[in-house]
Amino acid sequence: MSSNGTPSFLPCGDAAVTIEFGDTIDPEINAKVLALDAALLAAAVPGLIETVATYRSLNVQYDPLVLDYPAFEAQARGLAASLNPAIGNARRWHIPVVYGGEFGIDLDDVAARHGLTSKRLIDVHASAIYRCYMIGFMPGVAYLGGMDQSIATPRRETPRLKTPAGTVAIGGIQALVASVEMPSGWHLLGRTPVRTYMPSREPVFLISAGDEVVFEPVDASQWEALDSAAAAGDKVARESRA
Amino acid sequence: MSALVVQHCGAGTSLQDGGRLGWQRFGISPSGAMDRVSLALANALAGNARHACALEFTLIGGAFVVDGGPVRVALAGADCSLRISGRAIPLLTSVTAWAGETIEVGTARSGLFAYLAIGGGFDTEPDLGSRSLQSRAGLGGIDGRALRAGDRVPVGAFMLSGSERMLSAPPPESGPMRVMLGPQDDYFTSGGLDALLGGTFAITPEADRMGFRLSGPRIEHGPKGYNIISDGIATGAIQVPGSGQPIILLADRQTTGGYPKIATVISADLARLSQLRPGSQLTFLMVSREQAVEAARRLEAKLVAAIAAMAHADGNLLSSERLLGLNMVSGVVRG
Repeated sequence: MSSNGTPSFLPCGDAAVTIEFGDTIDPEINAKVLALDAALLAAAVPGLIETVATYRSLNVQYDPLVLDYPAFEAQARGLAASLNPAIGNARRWHIPVVYGGEFGIDLDDVAARHGLTSKRLIDVHASAIYRCYMIGFMPGVAYLGGMDQSIATPRRETPRLKTPAGTVAIGGIQALVASVEMPSGWHLLGRTPVRTYMPSREPVFLISAGDEVVFEPVDASQWEALDSAAAAGDKVARESRA
Repeated sequence: MSALVVQHCGAGTSLQDGGRLGWQRFGISPSGAMDRVSLALANALAGNARHACALEFTLIGGAFVVDGGPVRVALAGADCSLRISGRAIPLLTSVTAWAGETIEVGTARSGLFAYLAIGGGFDTEPDLGSRSLQSRAGLGGIDGRALRAGDRVPVGAFMLSGSERMLSAPPPESGPMRVMLGPQDDYFTSGGLDALLGGTFAITPEADRMGFRLSGPRIEHGPKGYNIISDGIATGAIQVPGSGQPIILLADRQTTGGYPKIATVISADLARLSQLRPGSQLTFLMVSREQAVEAARRLEAKLVAAIAAMAHADGNLLSSERLLGLNMVSGVVRG
């Protein structure tokens, strides 16, 4: 990003461009990304196929035979100069989590590493209000910022080839809610019955970038009831206004 | 409704169309045919729109019995044999198969991905707007998976009319794969850039619809290292993890990634790239945006011309059908 705050346009071949607002994980930068995403969507640019909003940049994919790149860049620069990023007014998702044991096999290790009891680690993890910066990697995986820095934990040296669907994990200063079984080098603190991605349910995806997420510890004895409800299409997650 | 019943097929046989567009923001890769040029040719011969759903074969073919029928099919892409109840049919020629007949696609003699299009298109229930298989998400295909023996693959409404058709594939491009630098070329040393643009790379056996892992001279990262804050990934992006060995990310790629991407293969070269088998060698050539767009226009014009020149299989030019063909291909390359 240049020093005057205007975004950089990074070429990704002739059919995509990444519009980068910064190189840090920062709610204000992310809000600009989402605001530009909304502005481009509203502008209905001919030839624009889809966009991928991430922490600090917006990847725009287009048909180079329809969209004239220089004109598009000028248009996007214009839109970026007059953005109205909204940080508040988000949806907030309340996600039930069973921590520890078979649900979060790394909980005790991570707690020990920080000199905390497992109970205290749960309190710290579950007391933050997280912002979903992006959905990515695999269907519906929510990448969250806002974790208490004191429990930041570097990723595992060797990623696990499989971690369960619904895993609630931390890696570095980030937190994550997984949707599907996936490889991961993050630390598994717990598991939620919430399906952030469920093709047979409407809505297919629950969490969007810009939403807030809070975790609500629940007892392992509740898992089966919640999981069956979720499998039957219940969101299980409560939604409120942030 | 007519259907093809799978007798046997290779593990990499799946339904693919123009891709699942608009869902990368939720982590769903676009999928769709690896070689869009061959998909368009096969569909033109079968009388379909460019992005109609076809069967994509990876190296190994399969055998299918026609249920209901008749159906009109055509094969394009990797060089595989096509037989209808034992009769050999040339590539890029449509053929009608009747109820109870067997359609056999052989193992590819060259190339990697072959496309069997069928008049009316394959008519499974689309997921999120596409029939393309995305197995990690459990979307498209047959119940979210690849084809296997015993599957009954439904065929859309189709009226058999007119004679069989043939066409010639557009003259192939040869030479290096053309790339535009970026989005993170500033994460590499000048030696790293030289390695990419001057070195010879081989496609490793780790090549699939997600991406092609290459081996070659080490592409050296600069002082900023090899971790970026995850961002979006374009088709053809050349990602370089800590090993310095590049991976070209393709249709079933992850939607975001945290390794720097040194360059991106231009859209005009993605189809021919996808046909390179493991063991093939390739080099890269840096081009400008203007050159890349010009190459995309040239490829599109060649494709339109090839379809416009489609002829009756007995050698007579189509007349009104030819105009339909022209109209059919006026859509976008990736739309």
